[in-house]
Amino acid sequence: MSEAFFDPRKKQRERRGRIFRWLCLSAVWFAAGSLVILLVKVTADGMPWLSWDFLRNDPSRIPARAGIRSAILGTLWMMALTAFTSFPLGVGAAIYLEEYAPRHWSTRLLQTNIANLAGVPSIVYGILGLTVFVRAFALGRSVLAGALTLSLLVLPVVIIAAQEAIRAVPRSLREASYGLGATRWQTIRHHVLPVALPGILTGTILSLSRAIGETAPLIMIGALTFIAFPPRSPMDPFTVLPIQIFNWAAKPQAEFHELAAGAIIVLLVILLLMNATAILLRNRYRREL
Amino acid sequence: MTERTSGQQPTAAEERGDSIIQFPASETVLTTESLGVLYDGTSAVEDITLGIPRNRVVAFIGPSGCGKSTLLRAFNRMNDLIPGARVVGRALYHGKDLYDPDVDPVEVRRRIGMVFQKPNPFPKSIYDNVAFGLRINGYQGSIEERVERSLRAAALWDEVKHRLRESALGLSGGQQQRLCIARALAVQPEILLMDEPASALDPIATSRIEDLIDELKRDYTIVIVTHNMQQAARVSDYTAFLYLGKLIEYGETDRLFTNPKEERTEQYITGRFG
Amino acid sequence: MNDGAALGADSAPALAAAPGRTLTLKSNARRRMSESSIGAVLLLCGLVSILTTVGIVVVLITESIGFFREVGLVEFVTGTRWAPLFRDQAFGILPLLNGTLLIAAGSSLVALPVGLLSAIYLSEYATPRVRQIVKPVLEVLAGIPTVVYGYFALTFVTPILRVFFPGTGIFNAASGAIVVGIMIIPMVSSLSEDALSAVPRALREAAYGLGATKFEVATRVVVPAALSGIVASFILAISRAVGETMAVTLAAGATPRMTLSFLESIQTMTAYIVQVSLGETPHGTLEYSTIFAVGLSLFVITLSMNLISQRVTRRFREEYE
Repeated sequence: MSEAFFDPRKKQRERRGRIFRWLCLSAVWFAAGSLVILLVKVTADGMPWLSWDFLRNDPSRIPARAGIRSAILGTLWMMALTAFTSFPLGVGAAIYLEEYAPRHWSTRLLQTNIANLAGVPSIVYGILGLTVFVRAFALGRSVLAGALTLSLLVLPVVIIAAQEAIRAVPRSLREASYGLGATRWQTIRHHVLPVALPGILTGTILSLSRAIGETAPLIMIGALTFIAFPPRSPMDPFTVLPIQIFNWAAKPQAEFHELAAGAIIVLLVILLLMNATAILLRNRYRREL
Repeated sequence: MTERTSGQQPTAAEERGDSIIQFPASETVLTTESLGVLYDGTSAVEDITLGIPRNRVVAFIGPSGCGKSTLLRAFNRMNDLIPGARVVGRALYHGKDLYDPDVDPVEVRRRIGMVFQKPNPFPKSIYDNVAFGLRINGYQGSIEERVERSLRAAALWDEVKHRLRESALGLSGGQQQRLCIARALAVQPEILLMDEPASALDPIATSRIEDLIDELKRDYTIVIVTHNMQQAARVSDYTAFLYLGKLIEYGETDRLFTNPKEERTEQYITGRFG
Repeated sequence: MNDGAALGADSAPALAAAPGRTLTLKSNARRRMSESSIGAVLLLCGLVSILTTVGIVVVLITESIGFFREVGLVEFVTGTRWAPLFRDQAFGILPLLNGTLLIAAGSSLVALPVGLLSAIYLSEYATPRVRQIVKPVLEVLAGIPTVVYGYFALTFVTPILRVFFPGTGIFNAASGAIVVGIMIIPMVSSLSEDALSAVPRALREAAYGLGATKFEVATRVVVPAALSGIVASFILAISRAVGETMAVTLAAGATPRMTLSFLESIQTMTAYIVQVSLGETPHGTLEYSTIFAVGLSLFVITLSMNLISQRVTRRFREEYE
């Protein structure tokens, strides 16, 4: 037919395609490479400082004697208290939204509100925590004030994760339970929640691991960087690993930078363990389905 | 299966020669030789040997899953896009095997166009939908003029000439499908493959597509897959019946529907299975 | 709504035990009470999120009202000098906005192309196996605490920048922008990949059927068709960059400045809030109330970006559903 009218320039198009493919691939390599470089850099800086003493000592102005005991314990306190408040609240809200909420504009508002809260910068939560928990509730610069602040921060993420897990429970299971004359709460309590629980836990652990790395809101509520003793009660002042890292990284001396790297390694290991737990849970859950 | 052959047992070759029409090489644009398609090692169609005559309409019929769409997609190497798909045998287009290592599938698809089951216009303007193929293939003439000719050929021009810049997604289903035909015609293919082009349309839109096919065969060779036997009878000159991945019978449409030579063809067209 | 409780299950055994009694389909009052109180408790859990929003808005507005009364909205929004903590006070937020936008622009320069190209690679080129490995690896980038990125910027990115651009300050916008960019790559790549994968197969086949190459299918059909999803991911990522705090506090400095130079020290809105909260500024003073005014601005900016992103996403969904 009218071949003359087409000039497909196949060579040129193929070359463009190869260049583009190469560009896409190098973008992936850039991202993955950044991760590798970051991890290598931190490990190289911090490894020499990792020792039992580093984990056992409290912060000190002398780098050689400094350790992160109070920061680790502060982080564990923070993790426990945050989980303790955000888990029931988040799961409760998720159950309400998935199982109880009427199809109504107010439900949609609630859902939109949760989505928007997930996008609020963490430092704004810090301002909220400072004004409400530290001042208005007079909790002071305590572990509890910090944990409540972080709970509000992770709550939207926990709710969304729990909703997804609950939504994944097959309808037939609910209908079977209702068919036997169970009430709504009995159905949820005995049939929906047990099936959804691994998914809920996975989501909660992942959002908690985000909270553990948070620094800005805790600086806002005044978590102190120099704490010689770990907290003994929820009302004690505290420090956490990210704040200790920030404090050391902000100092000009190279030794403190390396201490920061050492603390980063510990923080990343904690995060890794949490994520591994979440992934294990999820894999086991998948097999059961 | 050989009840009608009145006693004498034909060899397989004779039987095939009997129920599968042969064309002189000068009349065909596409010929397959023992063509087969495998998905992950499992055969979807096998041992297909047939010719497609120039400027005619050929219909592939058969129950769903018989491999008619798979065979159609083998004609312009669309199966290349499916991971795990493999083609065996030969598909000769003007004497050149489409599956030769030096053949470029992109070039094949420009010359052997395709219209799909569901209308699939790009989420672009009507004009840009038709111009897409012209632009990527480096059309040297006036794109505007070619767009108009294609839309006229697809019997859509009068309906859309005042809204060429509007989104193609605003058209009705039948209009969208004619737009897809115009889009395929724009790059001046020699063969147009149509995979159940009217299955998603209402009866009025369907009959417009059928009228269009009748007009298009003056300039194009058309292969159409359909599960609708009335449609095959209305639009095609030749019909091939496929069953369980094999070509059972292939012949002039009128003859095949009125006097099938194979028992399974008869059973299928009389509605005893499928 | 409480249909589940309408048929009192307790009455069933009673019915079997005493056939002469009439069947009651009425709900047991105590059960109905407990059912509805459970619903109420769960609703309260949900309301905590509403309370949080209300709390944020009320705190930011009431605490900054005094500030705006004293300084005035016009000076705040149009002033080009920010120096609340100096003797010669000035309260123009533009320098902080400038710093924030510099970080947002710089990090977009890194994250948008890298994220989008990665997304195209994952959705159009990668085999399912490669995708399965690469996606989680990229998502790890979003899981690393921001303070770690700050450390990385300070001890790795800045020294390298100083090799290539000797005039670069110890604190500079470029280094902060680069690490924030790396941090938000997964937001762009994950959300864009979702949008690209949602483009129907039929559209790709249509383009291939016209003789398009893989490159043309990806860039001229799939990307345009997924554009609103991609744009939504861009907006969301930029909003994250605007709200990012620790990396820019550590790396970009504490010098509010009207500048377009990436190599100078700047200050972002978030970094300023941190600076005040680390300092000795007493609560209740005008100086202290600046953090609420800046926080309010930050909240308004990020919220509007998130709302726009949601609207764009919704339009994308409508196109295909």
